Amino acid sequence: MLRFIGRRLLVAGPTLLVVITLAFFMMRAAPGGPFDSERRLPPAVEQNLKARYGLDRPLPEQFLAYLGGVVRGDFGPSLKYPDKTVADILKQNAPVSLKLGLASMILALAVGVSLGVLAALRRNGILDVGAMGLAILGVCVPTFVTAPLLILLFGSTLQWLPNGGWNGGALPNMILPVIVLALPQAAILSRLTRAGMIEALAAGHVRTARARGLPEAAVVLRHALRPALTPLVSYLGPAAAGLLTGSLVVEKIFNLPGLGKFFVISALQRDYTVVMGMIVVYAGLVLFLNLLGDLMLAVVDPRVRLS
Amino acid sequence: MTDLATHPTPAARGRSLTDDAIARLRVNRAATLSLGVLVLLTLFALFGPLLSPWPYDQVNKDHVWVPPLTDGHLLGTDALGRDLLARLAMGLRVSLAIGLVATLVSLVIGVAWGATAGYIGGAVDEAMMRIVDVLYALPFIFFVILLMVAFGSNILLIFVAIGAVEWLTMSRIVRGQTLSLKQKEFIEAARAAGLGRMSIVARHIIPNLLGPVAVYVTLTIPAVILAESFLSFLGLGVQPPMASLGTLISAGAQDMEMAWWLLVFPALAMAATLAAFNFIGDGLRDALDPKDR
Repeated sequence: MLRFIGRRLLVAGPTLLVVITLAFFMMRAAPGGPFDSERRLPPAVEQNLKARYGLDRPLPEQFLAYLGGVVRGDFGPSLKYPDKTVADILKQNAPVSLKLGLASMILALAVGVSLGVLAALRRNGILDVGAMGLAILGVCVPTFVTAPLLILLFGSTLQWLPNGGWNGGALPNMILPVIVLALPQAAILSRLTRAGMIEALAAGHVRTARARGLPEAAVVLRHALRPALTPLVSYLGPAAAGLLTGSLVVEKIFNLPGLGKFFVISALQRDYTVVMGMIVVYAGLVLFLNLLGDLMLAVVDPRVRLS
Repeated sequence: MTDLATHPTPAARGRSLTDDAIARLRVNRAATLSLGVLVLLTLFALFGPLLSPWPYDQVNKDHVWVPPLTDGHLLGTDALGRDLLARLAMGLRVSLAIGLVATLVSLVIGVAWGATAGYIGGAVDEAMMRIVDVLYALPFIFFVILLMVAFGSNILLIFVAIGAVEWLTMSRIVRGQTLSLKQKEFIEAARAAGLGRMSIVARHIIPNLLGPVAVYVTLTIPAVILAESFLSFLGLGVQPPMASLGTLISAGAQDMEMAWWLLVFPALAMAATLAAFNFIGDGLRDALDPKDR
């Protein structure tokens, strides 16, 4: 088990390094800089600003300095908001994205798994058709279509829910963004669960359990569900990545003060340190969840850790 | 999905595996229907502009937000009075083109990488697949965004950026297939006949990979179209006055309360395109799945 963890960490380290290196040099290769504005700054002022943030030093030296900072957990100051550090901005925006992502994940799991199980139990029944419909919808109708449509229906027309805004994370403000984010994931999860469940229900041990006269609920919940859910565990990492991608659009459409919305703006403004900080946090989160998924899979399925 | 195993096609003499697969595909109603839809969409993308007397970028300040079926505008006009039918055909053309070209890029890289790693094996395979692992874990959308921000968005860059990301899964599939193909007798025969490693990969391994690769290609195209639309929606993809399905949906979402048709028609076109490719991909997978044979 320890070797298993070690091997996974061996991949995660270099990956994070690649992420930081690529992002750093891509950001710097971009034309323009953080101090460009409508009014051109006097050269002396710009020179001083650059010196203040160490941007006048050679690029490799800046890179090493940045890397050193990250290792110590120091992401540096924001270049556009002089009174804030990157850590301040992350602390301010990350909770919004995290709350949104977590709520969507829970909703997607609840809907996806229960729909998948019911669809597998009653193949070709109403719920199976419904699950299939949801799966097709989730694949074919992207978030940037569902979001405006739902806003148009529940926001503008029926006026049941607000059109956007965060309002401190109040429930009415959360409902639509969470549904929009959860839908594609629920679609994938229901398909995975259905496939796993159909396979599990046909397995020998389930037949044995039935033959021994166990009630159907016990057969399904205790014996079939566990092997059926194993594929879901390894989907944890990709699901998180999908939610992050979706959050970029959802935060923009619903005008939510999360990381995703901030990321695009900061990249356009060439706020080097903020962009880097967000990429490091995002990449770290995805890597962590991948690792967690692998570990959980190894716990659930002994074949994985033995191979 | 139709369960083909329960009613197998009657065995006929002299039937190749390809014939078999085509027969299976034709029984699959969703896939055949999707193929038809796709042909129609492609025809619309190619010749749709001929249906409209206006070019896709002609601004007309007196015909702003004309509803569908009015004044000769079959699908209405947008906030600048441009004909939506012409713009939709153009947008579909751009999206399909991006889907095809970026998939081609990913196909070439993925097949070459996967087949080489799988065929050579050993330490080379290990190293090449570790690189894929590392790239897999990158939050790729952020890099595409950075790329767009850094170098300005032009269509060529979108092709390269998306294609360069999508090859990862392709290379994994190809490697897995190559590993099993490598054990087959005909490869041994080719080696005995004195063929070099690279010619074995090119002449014998790659042609035999076509099945699973074809399946993945049909599933990659919609993924690419989606990725491009996503970028366009964030304002980082195709730039105006050019249109893609993503930019049309984005513009439609902004104006939807005044002009529903600007959101609905592009969204329908998008959903139809994505659904068609996905059904064809699923159908191909069912048709080519050796487990069913």
